[in-house]
Amino acid sequence: MARKGKVKIARPDWCKVCGICIEVCPVEVLELGNTRIQVAHLENCIGCENCELSCPDFVLKVVEDDE
Amino acid sequence: MDVNIDKYLRQDKMPHIWCPGCGHGTVLGSFVRAFDQSGLDQEKTVVISGIGCSGRASGYLNFDTLHVTHGRALTFATGVKMANPELNVIVMTGDGDGAAIGGNHLIHSSRRNIDITVVLFNNNIYGMTGGQFSPMTPTGDTATTSPYGNIDQNFDLCELAKSSGATFVGRGASYQPRKMIKLIKEGLLHKGFAFIETLTQCPVNYGKRNMIGGARDMLKWQDEHLVPDKKYEKMDPEEREGLISTGVLYQVSKEEYTDKYQQVINNVMAGESNE
Amino acid sequence: MSKAKTLLLQGDEAVVEGGMAAGADFFAGYPITPASEIAEGFAEQLPANGGKFIQMEDEIAGMGCIVGASLAGAKAITATSGPGFSLKQENLGFAIMVEAPCVVVNVQRVGPSTGLPTSPSQGDIMQAKWGTHGDHPIIALSPSSVSETFDLTVTAFNLAEKYRIPVILLLDEIVGHMREKITIPPADELEIVNRKKPKPEDKDNFYPYEETEDLIPPMPDYGTGFKYHSTGLFHDKTGFPRGKTEDAKKLMDRLMGKINNNLDDIIHLEDDLNGDEDVVVLAYGSTVRSAISAVNQVREEGIKAGWVKLKTIWPFADDYVRKLAEKVDRIIVPELNMGQLIGEVERVAAGKAEVTGINRYDGTLITPADVVAEIKGAL
Ligand SMILES: Cc1ncc(C[n+]2csc(CCOP(=O)(O)OP(=O)(O)O)c2C)c(N)n1
Ligand code: SF4
Ligand code: SF4
Ligand code: SF4
Ligand SMILES: [Mg+2]
Repeated sequence: MARKGKVKIARPDWCKVCGICIEVCPVEVLELGNTRIQVAHLENCIGCENCELSCPDFVLKVVEDDE
Repeated sequence: MDVNIDKYLRQDKMPHIWCPGCGHGTVLGSFVRAFDQSGLDQEKTVVISGIGCSGRASGYLNFDTLHVTHGRALTFATGVKMANPELNVIVMTGDGDGAAIGGNHLIHSSRRNIDITVVLFNNNIYGMTGGQFSPMTPTGDTATTSPYGNIDQNFDLCELAKSSGATFVGRGASYQPRKMIKLIKEGLLHKGFAFIETLTQCPVNYGKRNMIGGARDMLKWQDEHLVPDKKYEKMDPEEREGLISTGVLYQVSKEEYTDKYQQVINNVMAGESNE
Repeated sequence: MSKAKTLLLQGDEAVVEGGMAAGADFFAGYPITPASEIAEGFAEQLPANGGKFIQMEDEIAGMGCIVGASLAGAKAITATSGPGFSLKQENLGFAIMVEAPCVVVNVQRVGPSTGLPTSPSQGDIMQAKWGTHGDHPIIALSPSSVSETFDLTVTAFNLAEKYRIPVILLLDEIVGHMREKITIPPADELEIVNRKKPKPEDKDNFYPYEETEDLIPPMPDYGTGFKYHSTGLFHDKTGFPRGKTEDAKKLMDRLMGKINNNLDDIIHLEDDLNGDEDVVVLAYGSTVRSAISAVNQVREEGIKAGWVKLKTIWPFADDYVRKLAEKVDRIIVPELNMGQLIGEVERVAAGKAEVTGINRYDGTLITPADVVAEIKGAL
């Protein structure tokens, strides 16, 4: 299902810093900031979409590299 | 994912009211993705929900939506579907809404096999009212109204729906959004009464009180306890202890209620014109 | 084309005939004496005319079901009696809040509880007004004969559609079960009102609960692309709750206003007064028959008496009764209850006329002789 692409914080304002995205990420990409999620290691992202599909708040989106 | 879910969400109502880490948002997300994949017509779809945190789901969805009284969503849905069988009718309900106060409607809607898809958000608790036990709170668990441990037995809702006559029964979980999307999509496309139980975490009023922990811990708990249905079927009873099966648990094809009623209309009207 | 037809019908059957004539195409309900004949009649007639009937698992479900059908575009009706009317109350309030037109028939029997299932009563007059929680508008009509049952069923649908409100039709066991000959007018002679719908081109700028000039927002059918939200929570014109107190007041004022601005259209009554009455009997439902018979009898003896028949119970005919109280000495209110509507008469008469009741609450009738005795005692 995964496409070529990497995670993007599409709607930062909707993040409730619950950490679910970090829980479901198979590698180390995301980190919790004080008020919202942050991408710490984009290079690690394999575009698996686990975070996008699990985030209860529609914050994350995997997009084409060049987007 | 290669879909635009934005058109199914009422963007101006977001962010939603659910607590940080609440699984209801993941179920909502799975629903819109499933709807997109189903190919059903958004303008011919009505979403009806009851009262509870889960009941708020309809307000975030860009369809004809109806937020009704506690437990009664299926009764309104039955009226909508009967009055206009061309509409896709979806009910979103909670474990209290759908299994306690609305339990009788679940039984009878299943029995009729009316073409309605139910997504029941099971968080094992009354979330909205602050953590009282529900018919889905496991025996022994703590809730605000079972401070000494819950002595009630909880339901197996999928078994209940199946034995009542539902022709599609499945269970999904917020830890498995991909499977849940597929399950909901199949339920939406099933002709007849489709009952989908989704396991969702309420960290605020259930997880923390029952030593499971916050949202992340609750998902870990799901990971340790969920078994695909195919595998579950092959396990012996001792092995199954404490585990929960997910997937399409039951599906048969049977004549649907509004079709049957249309047949009645056709017959009666033909009889009359022959007179 | 169509012709008038004469039928020998029970009141319950006249509800079915009236409903069909008004364009009813949906019934949902649960059987109960003395209202089951209404369900049975619709079960037979609706599918024969392309409509739908469904027997639900209880009266709560019946009420939810007709509101759902109404929102999908149907002209929907349910029928019940006391215990079932109690069960319907929460969803009745919901119908008021989302402004779903529908008709709820209550063939009253003696309560409380299971009470006297086969005996007449007018015990649910106040429940019709206040049965669901909170302040709210309601329309309730009560026929006194079989032919009036037909007429008022049509009126109930028309008012429901026009004002986007559930209308309660209060029969009592006598009217429900008595047989009378009635003449059903040809279809083209009946005035039928249908709800106002928005135009397809209004979709982009559509507010489902907008405060229109007449306070009655147009109502789209589900599935026509408006994609709107309705809720039992207080909401603004968009249909969504904002949790603001000013929205609550605004909505309540509009819901009440759409009824209170149209009392002349909604309040139906008949009277037989010569203008010089000392005493007037004000009745509704089956007791009207004894009231009229008693007044005719005492008039022959030279007593200056008259009668008023209320067909609309709620909203109450405040203005009419206020003026009546200024003209007459005494108003007698016969009721098959311990005195319910009499409280309204007393409130409005405000001491200008003496108000007395005749009350039966044991399942027996108020006879003309009872009314004659009260009239004479009143002089
Ligand atoms: C008739 C009625 N009884 C009680 C309530 C109070 N109430 C609101 S939500 C709720 C429980 C909801 O629990 P559930 O269906 O599990 O939804 P959740 O909040 O957990 O998603 C209750 C008891 C009500 N609104 N109406
Ligand atoms: S799952 Fe969503 S809401 Fe939660 S921390 Fe990650 S991005 Fe934020
Ligand atoms: S797309 Fe996969 S790898 Fe990338 S951040 Fe999300 S979960 Fe981690
Ligand atoms: S109380 Fe529980 S169910 Fe309700 S929003 Fe919060 S986490 Fe979700
Ligand atoms: Mg719950």
